[in-house]
Amino acid sequence: MNWFSLITATSFMPVPATKESGDVDNLYIFLLVSGLISFIILIGGMVIFIFKYRRKTEDQKSAYITHNTLAEFLWSFIPFVIMMVIFAWGWSVFHDLRRVGEKGDVEVHVTARQWAWTFKYANDIEINSPTDKKLLDDPDSTLLKPEIVVVPVGKTIRFILTSDDVLHSFYVPAFRNKMDAVPGRRTTFTFTPIEKGDFTVFCTEYCGTKHSNMMATIRVVDGEQFAAWQAEKIAANAGANNKGPAERGEALFKGSLGCSGCHSIDGSRIVGPSFKGLYGNKRDFADGSSVTADDAYIKQSILVPTAKIVAGFPPAMSSFQGRIKEDEIKDIIEFIKTLK
Amino acid sequence: MAHEQHNYLNHQKGIWSWLTTLDHKRIGIMYFVAIMSFFFLGGVFALLVRAELFTPGKTLFSADVYNRMMTYHGAIMVFMVIVPGIPAIFGNFVLPIMIGAKDVAFPRLNLMSWYMLMIGAAITGSTLFLENVDTGWTFYTPYSSIKTGLGVIPMVLGVFIIGFSSILTGLNFIVTTHKLRAPGMTMNRIPLMVWALYSTAILQVLATPVLAITLLLLIAEKTLGVGIFDPQLGGDPVLFQHFFWFYSHPAVYIMILPAMGVISELVATYSRKVIFGYTAIAYSSLAIAGVSFLVWGHHMFVSGQSEFAGVLFSFITMLVGVPTAIKLFNWIATMYKGSIRLDAPMLFAIGFMFLFTIGGLTGVYLASTGMDIHFHDTYFVVAHFHYVMVGGTLMALMGALIYWFPKVTGKIYSDLVGRISWVFIFTGFNVTFFPQFILGNMGMPRRYYDYLPTFTELNQMSTFGSWLIGTGFLVGLYGVIYALLKGKEAGNNPFGGKTLEWTTASPPPHENFESTPVLTGGPYEYR
Ligand code: HEM
Ligand SMILES: [Cu+2]
Repeated sequence: MNWFSLITATSFMPVPATKESGDVDNLYIFLLVSGLISFIILIGGMVIFIFKYRRKTEDQKSAYITHNTLAEFLWSFIPFVIMMVIFAWGWSVFHDLRRVGEKGDVEVHVTARQWAWTFKYANDIEINSPTDKKLLDDPDSTLLKPEIVVVPVGKTIRFILTSDDVLHSFYVPAFRNKMDAVPGRRTTFTFTPIEKGDFTVFCTEYCGTKHSNMMATIRVVDGEQFAAWQAEKIAANAGANNKGPAERGEALFKGSLGCSGCHSIDGSRIVGPSFKGLYGNKRDFADGSSVTADDAYIKQSILVPTAKIVAGFPPAMSSFQGRIKEDEIKDIIEFIKTLK
Repeated sequence: MAHEQHNYLNHQKGIWSWLTTLDHKRIGIMYFVAIMSFFFLGGVFALLVRAELFTPGKTLFSADVYNRMMTYHGAIMVFMVIVPGIPAIFGNFVLPIMIGAKDVAFPRLNLMSWYMLMIGAAITGSTLFLENVDTGWTFYTPYSSIKTGLGVIPMVLGVFIIGFSSILTGLNFIVTTHKLRAPGMTMNRIPLMVWALYSTAILQVLATPVLAITLLLLIAEKTLGVGIFDPQLGGDPVLFQHFFWFYSHPAVYIMILPAMGVISELVATYSRKVIFGYTAIAYSSLAIAGVSFLVWGHHMFVSGQSEFAGVLFSFITMLVGVPTAIKLFNWIATMYKGSIRLDAPMLFAIGFMFLFTIGGLTGVYLASTGMDIHFHDTYFVVAHFHYVMVGGTLMALMGALIYWFPKVTGKIYSDLVGRISWVFIFTGFNVTFFPQFILGNMGMPRRYYDYLPTFTELNQMSTFGSWLIGTGFLVGLYGVIYALLKGKEAGNNPFGGKTLEWTTASPPPHENFESTPVLTGGPYEYR
């Protein structure tokens, strides 16, 4: 942090970690300096007039000046020119941040969902964030530990964003970049990291209860480390296929399907009902009916969540139709059976 | 005087005579009482929201309760306080008097607008007891349409009705300004407050129906499952944003133009000087009103709209900046070689210029696409719009209150109390919202219940500031009560104003003037 960045307040911004973010900071410095000068002219002028022309006697007269064409022309034209500069500069920076249609060296499909992100690499590596562990050990804190998404430094990375439910927005302050994840649409978030390190992802489009909790961490590493990380993930994936159905179900529950965002397994209430002791027990519904939770009921709840609404809960879950395979439903049911 | 003067306050007696009154002055007072109660409620929510953010993690409430309070704070403040605020209260009271009319053009419609605001507010408010809403005041789909409770329906229905109140008031003001001016009062001689209200009225009439239709579509989707905004039903979620901001961007000018009108009056009166660039100020209001219809997309630079759209909206937004800057220059030029007195209303006018300049300049940052990408939906934006809307509108509202208080009630508002209130509001305001610019720089998103520990100190400062603002408004309220009970008699023109309202009695007679005034010159002829 040097004196210049302190004065221009860029020291408050996270370290610019991508090629594009340095350009944003330059624009910011220009805005800040030109803004400060304008502020000093306007407010300084005002303060001087207040003191200089203060009414000292009750009959003090004022000058009769109705207008001044030259002054008025200048103070319309000069701000206009400055604003056009800011507009054009902003446009060129914007163009670099957007880079629509440009392919990345690394491409990752990012799916947003209340309240988690899924990152899927071309070779099927999948990262879900946040995890279900707490970020801080403060008992009042609601923040969850972000999972780490690794990308190589110096390459062009393209994230292809979409959402499964409501609007979310993918924001990395250190990259000075942000893009909404819109259901039914694909948007892109392209960047070229130049700094190694861990960078926080936030969700900036209000998306309900745990909006402030949708974090992830992007770790920028060098090429070899990235390759090693990928190899390790692929090996771990292969290992996961040898697991039993309940374990696979558990991985789905906590991982890519993100059920744990809304359902607990220890009886506590999050958004939806807990799964503790669900299987084989009676469920009461908002319309007064009830059933015993069995395979058919659980399957229906996953595919058509609004068919039966558990009493006391909002109809907040969206359908997993098309996102979940038949075997996966079976695995999840096996996992639920273990939650006595 | 032994014989009590006959005025609009004692013209008729009893609560019923108020509730059925067709007198614009009484309706203005009824708006004042209603809107100030909403303001109190919105303020309590603001203080609770800020209190929750005092520490990271849970401070007082759960995330759900926080989201609801944030929603009610925003919705109440925007739809029930700032949008109707100055036009409904002071517009109603002073507009007809300022142009030398006996009343507004449609007195019955005027009363009906008040009732519509009350009905709308009651329906929206009922959700507080039935089913709380947690969508934020912007009601973005598909969250509002499929992912949250049914309380959204009465909530937006209430806002819909409030919208009609706003449309009717606007219509009334347009016709009044055109048809009821006193002899000699050409359009180029009407006070700037009237110009501001007139431009606002155009916006109200043209923009609000779009909001109304949008809210109806939202209700249709939520109750009937018609696919308009929800992609699962074949709708487009971003369409809602287009509709919403097509209203809500002009709406921010509905919020600020009347405030600018007030500032023009205050600066002229307290500098005892003819306003500089009358025509520029008057027509820049119209220019702002016109151009503000074409800039809504600057709220959507990261929504996935095309790069071309983003750039176009950025360009047009820059154009609105120019007439806004012109106004500031004109006010300051009015003070040049004036005879300035820093009474409480003038302090509020100066506070307005200070805060509005910061709000306006940071608006330029946000209008610049490349920069907005970083700041959009962070605390930088929260700080920006509070500087503009709260710093602007509330400062003007307080100034207007103290300035016209003698005209309305016949009593003087204590200048000392006004100054104390100003000190609290002005400092508190900066302590609350300035740190939020820095939070935005650091990357703290808005509408966050919980945050990383690095953001703690600035949030604490901000919460502390909110207590100062709260205190300032309580002092202001005390001033109103004190002046009503113990205020000195005002006389007709205590501050040496030049516009027509200062030529009639305080409080004015039932029909505003004893005899119709005739105009021979412009509104601010201090020679
Ligand atoms: C008493 C002083 C006030 C304080 C301390 C205050 C504080 C806050 C806070 C903490 C938020 C939440 C920001 C977020 O989480 O995104 C907020 C939002 C907001 N406030 Fe205020 N506020 C005050 C007065 C006002 C007034 C008078 C208005 C009227 C225009 C207003 C309009 C809004 C709006 C429109 C939002 C956005 C709500 C949303 O994002 O859903 N505020 N305010
Ligand atoms: Cu989100």
